[in-house]
Amino acid sequence: MYPRVLFKNRKPDRIASMEEYRASGGYEAMAHVLKNFSYKDVRKLMLDANLLGRGGAAFPAGRKVMTVADDAPFPRYLVCNADEMEPGTFKDRVMIHADPHMLIEGMIIEGYSARAEKGIIFIRPEYESAARILDREIEKATAAGYLGNNILDSGYDFDLVVHRSGGRYICGEVTAQLNALEGKRPNPKQPPPYATEKGLWGQPTVIQNVETLVCIPHIIRNGAEWFRNLALTETGAGTKIFCVSGKVNRPGCYELPMGIRLSDIIETHAGGMREGAQFKACLPGGASTAFLTPEFYDIEMDFETLKKAGHRLGTGAIMVFDHRTCLVAATLNLTEFFARESCGWCTPCREGFPYLRDLLWRIENGQGKEEYVSTIKQMCHHLWNAYCAFAPGGIAPIESLLTYFKDEVDAHIREKRCPFK
Amino acid sequence: MLPEALNASLQKKISSAEHPRELVVDVMLDLQDHYGYLSDEALEAAASLLDLTPLEVEELATFYTFIYREPVGKYVIHVCDSVVCWMDGYESIQDHLCAKLEIKMGETTADGLFTLLPVCCIGYCDRSPAILVNRKVYGPLTPETLDNILVELRTEAG
Repeated sequence: MYPRVLFKNRKPDRIASMEEYRASGGYEAMAHVLKNFSYKDVRKLMLDANLLGRGGAAFPAGRKVMTVADDAPFPRYLVCNADEMEPGTFKDRVMIHADPHMLIEGMIIEGYSARAEKGIIFIRPEYESAARILDREIEKATAAGYLGNNILDSGYDFDLVVHRSGGRYICGEVTAQLNALEGKRPNPKQPPPYATEKGLWGQPTVIQNVETLVCIPHIIRNGAEWFRNLALTETGAGTKIFCVSGKVNRPGCYELPMGIRLSDIIETHAGGMREGAQFKACLPGGASTAFLTPEFYDIEMDFETLKKAGHRLGTGAIMVFDHRTCLVAATLNLTEFFARESCGWCTPCREGFPYLRDLLWRIENGQGKEEYVSTIKQMCHHLWNAYCAFAPGGIAPIESLLTYFKDEVDAHIREKRCPFK
Repeated sequence: MLPEALNASLQKKISSAEHPRELVVDVMLDLQDHYGYLSDEALEAAASLLDLTPLEVEELATFYTFIYREPVGKYVIHVCDSVVCWMDGYESIQDHLCAKLEIKMGETTADGLFTLLPVCCIGYCDRSPAILVNRKVYGPLTPETLDNILVELRTEAG
């Protein structure tokens, strides 16, 4: 058994109450920080702990806060990204339903390190139940003196609110999220300026993912070295919440050490492949990552190892496909997602994804031609010219389909039908 | 005309906000709850409450998945059609719903009870295939459990 850190209070049917969170040592890290740490101490500790952003981009959390200049203006904001719209990803929902006060404490400490006075949790409308939990528990934390003015007589003020989205994938993108928060159409913006310099309402703003923030109290309590040692690999740090779905026996969220082998996650924790199903491929971190084939079945799941192998860990949402699943059809479905969710702001993305979807549809439905393959490649190449990271993410499954499963694509074209039907 | 009570509660919310327009989604959702959808009248009310032009509200209303610019049923059923639900057979769930309710995706039943809409991954991949009914999740579904849900909702509606 591996240590459970983030899910230590997780229960099958209800949230951990504030009292239960406190009984497990909750809010001690915050009290300790407010009494004994400067904001710079917190930043350094996060950097030493090698805490990487868990929303998909893996940017060092400590370095992000450090880009808020010492003389940056006030007010400053901390935004918690709970938008979680990456297909296959549901860790933040499970985390909030398990232990909402861990997120609240993490935000207070992160807010302190950014010297922010207001925190905002940006949450997708599908997670209304999580939003209500947060509304209620924030009120309790405020009544307990953990939020509001002069927290625990430290002189530090921090308020926290929940912001409900109207629901679009692009709102998970940092700059689009800032527009959404300001009540504008959520188009991405191209930095500079970066959010930590001029973010929400033109003020310094730090944005972190739910899972990144909940790690923070534990790092404060146990130290940077302890956190790094939680991982099984040298390059990794901490635990990771893997969301496993698809053709496995026990789909769900599993908190496991960073660097655990993919095979171990699937076989030991997710209950193995469903009866009669053989592992064909998985997307390791949401729809914006490339297919991992059986040759990667034993790969160590951390950001650095996957990067070296030419892949991305993304959000750690492992969607498992079996030998009976057509990956042309799967890629068609993924591309439909990106075509529908493209915000429409820039031409390559707005026009490119529907075009790619149509070509994949034809191949899947027996109308494919050989030259479509090169057209798809060319169109994917164009999509690198899109305005934000949405399009390069969206073509990852398509490009990897052509790299690893070209035979399957060719069979569709040759036989003029889907061989899986 | 907005009812007095709703107008007052929205005014109160807005006056306590530092930047009123940050509340635009909240205001649209509240108005939608009242009217059943974001009607032209509701859209104009949102604009005037927030000191925005109707066009500024419109470009947001038509952008977001959970704001409806056309009338919808009492129960809006969002059927997740993203990759994990696809793998687990959302299509049979969708076909079953269409057959049972005798409508196509995007339509509303004649009695005004149900609207069927497709939706992208709702983040319940551990419960696929899954749907949302007025933002409440149901899953994993089979045609049988789906029938029970429809019966429950019809009973609830009276």
